[in-house]
Amino acid sequence: MTCLPAHTDKKLGLVIDLDTCVGCQACVTACKEWNTGGHMAPLTDIDPYGGNVDGVWFNRVHSYEHTTEMGGRTVNFPRSCLHCETPACVTVCPTGASYKRASDGIVLIDEDKCIGCKLCSWACPYGAREFDTDVGVMKKCTLCVDRIYNDNLAEEDRVPACVAACPTSARHFGDLGDPLSAVSLLVAERGGVDLMPEMGYKPTNKYLPPRAHTTRAASVAAPALETVRAEGGFLDWVDRMLSN
Amino acid sequence: MHPAFSVVFFTTATGAGYGLLALLGVLAGQGFIPPDFWLGLVGMGLALGLIAAGLLSSAGHLGRPERAWRAFSQWRSSWLSREGVASVATFIPAGLFGIGWVFFGRTDGWVAIAGVLSAVGAVVTVCTTGMIYASLKPIAQWHSRHTLPAYLIFSAMTGSVILNALLRGFGLGSTMLLASSLLLILLGWGWKLATWHYNDALEIPTNANTATGLAGGTVRSLEWPHTEENYLLKEMGFRIARKHSVRLRQITQVLAFALPVMLLVAAFALPWPFAAVVSALAAIAQFAGMLVERWLFFAEAKHTVTLYYGR
Repeated sequence: MTCLPAHTDKKLGLVIDLDTCVGCQACVTACKEWNTGGHMAPLTDIDPYGGNVDGVWFNRVHSYEHTTEMGGRTVNFPRSCLHCETPACVTVCPTGASYKRASDGIVLIDEDKCIGCKLCSWACPYGAREFDTDVGVMKKCTLCVDRIYNDNLAEEDRVPACVAACPTSARHFGDLGDPLSAVSLLVAERGGVDLMPEMGYKPTNKYLPPRAHTTRAASVAAPALETVRAEGGFLDWVDRMLSN
Repeated sequence: MHPAFSVVFFTTATGAGYGLLALLGVLAGQGFIPPDFWLGLVGMGLALGLIAAGLLSSAGHLGRPERAWRAFSQWRSSWLSREGVASVATFIPAGLFGIGWVFFGRTDGWVAIAGVLSAVGAVVTVCTTGMIYASLKPIAQWHSRHTLPAYLIFSAMTGSVILNALLRGFGLGSTMLLASSLLLILLGWGWKLATWHYNDALEIPTNANTATGLAGGTVRSLEWPHTEENYLLKEMGFRIARKHSVRLRQITQVLAFALPVMLLVAAFALPWPFAAVVSALAAIAQFAGMLVERWLFFAEAKHTVTLYYGR
């Protein structure tokens, strides 16, 4: 049913730290590797070694230059499904293929019901859904629903593949509906934000903005080299005479 | 947005078909159009043919058309599902109306009731089509007060111009219908100009800053996540028609509005066979013009996902 649940027991989601993300794409490849054999498999690639390579990915990392009066910096920006509280991608679905789970708030697609009308991808402001032209159905991030509840994995591995892969711990997974969870405390401490809050989709995932520029940091640059040539006066005359 | 021809044709053809169906249902049922066999066959055949061709074309847009029947289930939340239900439900009174008119040679009594119900179904279906687009928040050019009235006005306009051509062809020209068609074209023209004016001045609160959560200053795309165009850019980052939009807007205005106005004015003055020919030309030119208009409706619509790509 594409009507939204009035309440979800948990609000599972990601917290992404734009301060520490280095744009290494490890989360992107880990996501692709897990999910091409996971719940929404396959993540089809079209012409993977040709000139018009295309394919389905659930997670994409952009790079931006953010310039303010404090200066400019490069910000790496992972973009994936935000598992919104009021996702229009679910309510526009004519078949009931798209749904939001009442237990944990994860937004999923039942591939067997999807007719491939693509309307859900139009309704998502974030570009989280990608159409699989080979299978003819829509695909999206599952929050690794087949990892986080998977008893066959060690407990520390029961997190989304992107979170497990991140070498700088820029990705955090947890229940954002619990104000005392580690992720909720992190969001409160770092001033985590919603993307496009004006759209009113109430995304579950939060982004931690880069920390402010500081002028108090210790200088790590090497001291300037001394000038070899004496400038003017007697020593300069001696230098020039000896150089001849 | 990518203007897929299947969807451009679908909205244009069903719009004209439902407009024609609504007018036939009301006007024939109320005795303004005689229950002539050939007129009923051609008129209802044209209306239902346009609707059926449009709906089949929309199924061609689907990745898995064999599952299309599932789209009737989610009418509680989805405008697309409501459209599916309304379009199929409208076939019931429309079928009865067509059978009564063509096979029983009557448009009164129960046939008239079926005609009115067909008209109601047609209006509801066109509303649901308009709402599919008007309900999409990420596309500001569609999520506006102009979208739903546009679908209704253009449906009535194309339907009445086709009906006028049909009646002129059967030598049943009505000055009132001709005048109504002219007024509807002028209304449609004005509405389209107002919509373009509104869209050109549109300022939305969503920008690269709110899209990335990076407050203040400027956010410039340095590098995409991929080297080639992906689904998002092919489907929602379509830009080809935008650079030709001035020329295409002129073509729309000439074919869909200006030329039909001139031809219908000529139909006022000309005797039977010539009035029928210019009326038919007006309907054909307008249908072609509306295809260009609908192409622009998609091509000029900008989705918020393009902000992530600096487009």
